[in-house]
Amino acid sequence: MLSKVGGYVFAVAFIVAGWWITALAVNSPALPTPAQTVEVLGSNMDVLIPFFWTSAYRVVASLLIGTLLAVPIAQLCTRSRVLDRLFAPVLYLLYPIPKVVLLPILLVLFGLADAPKIVLISLTVFFQVLVAVRDAVKAVPESALISVRALGGSAWDEYRHVYVPATLPAVFTSLRIGVGTAIAVLFIAEAMAGSTGLGYFIMQSWSMVNYPRMFAGIIALALLGLVLYAIFDLLERRLTRWR
Amino acid sequence: MSNCGAQLEFIHAGLVFEDGPERLRALRDLSVTVRPGESVALIGPSGCGKSTTLRLASGMLSPSEGDVLVNGMPVGKPRQETALIPQDLGLLPWKTVLQNAVLGLAIRKVPKDQALQHAKDALSQVGLEGFEAAYPKELSGGMRQRLALARALAMDADLLLMDEPLSAVDALLRESLQDVLLDLWRERGHTQMLVTHSIEEAVYLGERILVFSPRPATLKADIANPHVGEDGWRDSAQFANQCNEVRSALAESAGEATGANPPEPQAAADKKGR
Repeated sequence: MLSKVGGYVFAVAFIVAGWWITALAVNSPALPTPAQTVEVLGSNMDVLIPFFWTSAYRVVASLLIGTLLAVPIAQLCTRSRVLDRLFAPVLYLLYPIPKVVLLPILLVLFGLADAPKIVLISLTVFFQVLVAVRDAVKAVPESALISVRALGGSAWDEYRHVYVPATLPAVFTSLRIGVGTAIAVLFIAEAMAGSTGLGYFIMQSWSMVNYPRMFAGIIALALLGLVLYAIFDLLERRLTRWR
Repeated sequence: MSNCGAQLEFIHAGLVFEDGPERLRALRDLSVTVRPGESVALIGPSGCGKSTTLRLASGMLSPSEGDVLVNGMPVGKPRQETALIPQDLGLLPWKTVLQNAVLGLAIRKVPKDQALQHAKDALSQVGLEGFEAAYPKELSGGMRQRLALARALAMDADLLLMDEPLSAVDALLRESLQDVLLDLWRERGHTQMLVTHSIEEAVYLGERILVFSPRPATLKADIANPHVGEDGWRDSAQFANQCNEVRSALAESAGEATGANPPEPQAAADKKGR
């Protein structure tokens, strides 16, 4: 435990030192030093905090929607050979398309508020979770299924006692990785349309040539990613202790 | 225990696996009656269809010919009171010891409190009390075997089917687990059918030893082994004789497989009984 805390302290010190040196070397208002950043963050709190929550809401809602749709569909598709044969090529073709290119269409369809952003991020998350869970279902040990069937278990029992717990680690892994992608997509969506959220805040500061303010927005967005990543990491360790 | 064993009958049972155009015969014309409370060991060459026979008895497979009856009823699907311990034990790695032990009861929708009580009792019967919260990967090989057994006990099974349950443990542990199986069987009086590769294990645990031929499995010999459960049985001279008898029956069945026209299983069956 102590060595773990020590590891984090070292990591933070390392990053701050690297940042400080870079900031001094670059010597530009676009990259303030850590000391200046604290000040910049403090003076922008009144706008940053509500924008932080707006962005957090969009990402979390999308992660939930994407996951809640992907998990049952992945489970269903892989349970039936016919469905899997039908869906595998569809998935294969759609998965590599960067969903972010759909943003303009979504903006036309859903307007400029939360909806197009949530739809876009959900789509991104959906495919990532879908592919991960699909692979995990295929890797479910046959012996576990046999054991449940031998006990007279129904399809629902197989789902409850085998498929769900066996694929849960894959869900969390894909979510942890998905957080990074989700925030990237969020940034683009907020930067392109609307007048709320951290992405908007960053681009607005940029166009006002207010670099310290822009940097405060970047830090807030990074913080959002860090917090979500840590939450999923913690949940994963809590819920998949058997590994 | 209140439990008394179930009767298991194979009546001219045969099984053919069909995979598209291919037909693979796994079992031919098996007729055996396992009396209530009897302990039967099944031995034969690798891949001869012993596991298939167990799955037929468990109701996970249905015979293509003939009938498989438990207590006179055809087993069309897994029966509530039948417990099957598969070769790899079938423990779920994501469930704790207690959750694994209670699984059979949970699937049978036994009320939770009652199920947990049964599971805890079963765990203490096999000496696993105190490990309820552990995960299977944290247990030793022997403890995992005991857990698989506890799951069957928690269900109060009257028919216990075991597919080489002790194949993964070392010799000394194996003997002590065989004693656990023997004690439980004597205490509870359930019917049991044990598939094994080990002649000694068959002779130590089976009141009857069924010797199977190579695939497709046919019954080659039905050897009575009435001294099972007597004190000092493993160390007696008769034990060694019995092992030799099984060994030669096995060798004979393996040898015949290369010859043409295997004889009818009924003719080969030894009708001495108990």
